[in-house]
Amino acid sequence: MSADDIFQYLLGRLQWSSLPFWKMLQHPTEANLINGSIATFAASLVVIGALLLVALLTKYRLWRPLWSNWVTSVDHKKIGIMYIVIAFVMMARALIEAWLMRLQQADGLHGGFLSPDHFAQLFSTHGTIMIFFVAMPFLIGIINYVMPQQIGARDVSFPVLNSISLGLTAAGAALVMVSLVIGKFSTGGWFGYPPFTEATFSPGVGPDYWIWALSLSGLSSTLTGINFAVTVYKERCPGMKLMYMPLFTWTALVTSIMMIFAMPPLTVAMAQLALDRYLGFHFFTNALGGNMMNFANLFWLFGHPEVYILIMPSFGIYSEVISTYSGKVLYGYRSLVMATMAIAILSFTVWLHHYFTMGQSANINAVFGIASMLIGIPTGVKIYDWMLTMFRGRVRFTVPMVYSIGFILMFVLGGMTGILLANPSIDYQVHNTVFLVAHFHNVIIPGVLFGLIAGYHFWFPKAFGFRLNERWGMVSAVCWIIGFMLAFFPLYALGIMGLPRRSVAYAQPAYVPLEIVAFVGAMVLVVALLALLWQLWVSIRDRDENRVFAGDPWDGRSLEWANAAPAPEYNFAVIPGVKGRDAFTTGKEEGTAYQRPETYTEIELPKNCAMGPAVAAIGFVLAFGLVWHIWWMVILSFVAAVASMIIRGFARDTTRIIRADEVRKEHQHWLDVVAHTTAVTRAVETEPANTGLAQHEANGASP
Amino acid sequence: MSEESFKYPGLNLGAGHGKDDAAVQTTMFGFWVFLMSDAILFGMVFATYVTSVHATAGGPGPKDLYDVKSVFIETMLLLASSFTFGMASLAMKYKHSTPRLIGWLLATLVLGAAFLSFEVHDFLTMFAKGGSPERSGFLSAFFDLVPLHGLHVTGGGIWLICLIGQIARYGLDTRTKLGIMRLALFWHFLDIVWIAIFTVVYLAGLT
Repeated sequence: MSADDIFQYLLGRLQWSSLPFWKMLQHPTEANLINGSIATFAASLVVIGALLLVALLTKYRLWRPLWSNWVTSVDHKKIGIMYIVIAFVMMARALIEAWLMRLQQADGLHGGFLSPDHFAQLFSTHGTIMIFFVAMPFLIGIINYVMPQQIGARDVSFPVLNSISLGLTAAGAALVMVSLVIGKFSTGGWFGYPPFTEATFSPGVGPDYWIWALSLSGLSSTLTGINFAVTVYKERCPGMKLMYMPLFTWTALVTSIMMIFAMPPLTVAMAQLALDRYLGFHFFTNALGGNMMNFANLFWLFGHPEVYILIMPSFGIYSEVISTYSGKVLYGYRSLVMATMAIAILSFTVWLHHYFTMGQSANINAVFGIASMLIGIPTGVKIYDWMLTMFRGRVRFTVPMVYSIGFILMFVLGGMTGILLANPSIDYQVHNTVFLVAHFHNVIIPGVLFGLIAGYHFWFPKAFGFRLNERWGMVSAVCWIIGFMLAFFPLYALGIMGLPRRSVAYAQPAYVPLEIVAFVGAMVLVVALLALLWQLWVSIRDRDENRVFAGDPWDGRSLEWANAAPAPEYNFAVIPGVKGRDAFTTGKEEGTAYQRPETYTEIELPKNCAMGPAVAAIGFVLAFGLVWHIWWMVILSFVAAVASMIIRGFARDTTRIIRADEVRKEHQHWLDVVAHTTAVTRAVETEPANTGLAQHEANGASP
Repeated sequence: MSEESFKYPGLNLGAGHGKDDAAVQTTMFGFWVFLMSDAILFGMVFATYVTSVHATAGGPGPKDLYDVKSVFIETMLLLASSFTFGMASLAMKYKHSTPRLIGWLLATLVLGAAFLSFEVHDFLTMFAKGGSPERSGFLSAFFDLVPLHGLHVTGGGIWLICLIGQIARYGLDTRTKLGIMRLALFWHFLDIVWIAIFTVVYLAGLT
């Protein structure tokens, strides 16, 4: 065995040339220097960030608390927060990539500064990250944090599985991050159509990074969907009928059901593409009976429900936010539930509209076009319900409300362009142009992202016990809204003018002014994210002035507010009973909120479990080995994965008891604080006077 | 009067098992939901097979490769293993002796292993006739679907061994019972999937 053989055995496809600066050192042309420097800078950000994190954790001796209080915790609240941290980190990267792409296109008339290959990696990672590692962890994080508290539960049904899901998502996110440092990511876009992503045309590691990142994320979401759906069905507190659930819980349930049904096609598509690439199968190849249309069908059979998986929780958040900050019962609760369900069902019947131009007959296109337009009806119902909730309410112009109103205005536009695209004959004109890019950003940014950020502001005081800074929140919200309009409205015009999506350069001078406007928009969006991060810093700095331990800063309506902020690890000292909708509001009106129970009972909670971090580590190493063809690593980590499951099967001592007197002490302390807190009116809810006890105002009016 | 409470589809432990009966409810429901997701997974792979069955690319097709005798034996073995697992579930529900329960479980394991060895033998025969997955889209789809089922059975077999280990270590405690009940569902589910494979792949392929 020669030295080369040994290296190949040990390192697979890994070589010096896998490093981002290698090509630029070997062939220092101007183009290589520019692209290599950008890639190297990005890679060093990842490496320095990781090293800095390790150094800080070591310096402040935080490894042990991190391990025992967070990483191994199976508390749904902590898992939710960790999901959202992942989402923010990944969002920072993917937003910078978007900014770079806009910069490139602003200079696209002169060919820009990025190589086509580099540009293709940027749009592929941007899309992959934003969908799978920003939107998904963000919404799963919020559901995780909020939903069990809204239904009066102690935790989700399967807490350890919850931690394992988090581990899988973390492993996928880490894989995408590592692709920045070692090797290259896919250039096939976020949906990676074969045959381009087959080994014949993309022999490198890029599509493999993409396949395994999506597989990890998809598996994580499947397990999460099962966990959440079972939680909603089985863990509701006594009296909480389905039609008494807060609307956010409804959307969480619908999203979970869609995850259960929509994720398997993704798993199958990824597995089949992997079999093509690794073992020479012929699912989607050009030769020997492969059929790439199967991939298109499988992928969008996942992909279309996926966009509704993304937006449903945000719809739920808007419902809670608009109702709470208008001080009114949600208008048309029943119709909102029906509309939510209708959208969920329709979402499985429209996947073909993602490829109207790929050779079906006109009749098939017509059927799917009509089905797509139908979705506009229940969505319209929702928009009216939200507006009518505000009507004659006392609307408070808080940060989540700004996002919600921005959402209603922008989202209607995005929905309209969706109806346009659902018409196959129009789709033929604008398909694969930036008109489409403008459309789906128009529904995803104001629809999904604004909702998630609104939810982040809304429930932040619940999670950490202090309110977020209102002024910086407002700055950020305005920047998101203005930046979005500047960045994407020009793309509608550019699309109609014929600019293909994903163009690294173009020859049409008329594009330039609009491209520059879009770039300015991207700048504003970067400022929006910076303002959001700055707001977090300012809020942590000034936390003592904004404490809301009493737990109800916004005159909340559902059960999660009927508790201390932050809630104890077992959520409710005594499991609440419910007689109708808006249980906490009813409690405040009838004077039954904040009651002292006669007796307390001990509470059984699951013990911490190392399965989550173990799965994260094993999943990452397994995927990394697969990407680089390091077979000993693959075999070892696969064995480790099976072994860890077997060992877990033999675990028995998995719960711990919190004694009744501890529960009593904690609960009584909170009730004492509530008793000594001055209730405030809504007029001062964003001021330090608001320490978390609301003076209830019937129908939003001051007494 | 013994009123059987029926809390989830399938064989319930029954009131005779006291707190264990209550403890398994949520998990059994969750496992049903998981099977639903797994059924979609198989559904997609079936769809791939059905759309690829004519994509033989000039290579061998179903009639050249399938051996109905062997597949029939496999079917009988798997059906028998579902029967023995059913007997194991009954032995647990009605609190027969633990050795009897383990006996049924071992019988299931042996039948499952026999099924797998016949299946592997089939695959090797196909390979020898030039029917390997890289030959054509049809064979790719075949080797996606049928071994996927086989892998599920293998996983079930490993799970079964672990459960026998857990019985040996802890006796029939709540978690062991829960494991056996879930594996039973899984095992019967794989039986149903196999019936579909037998019909859609083998019978349809040979007619």
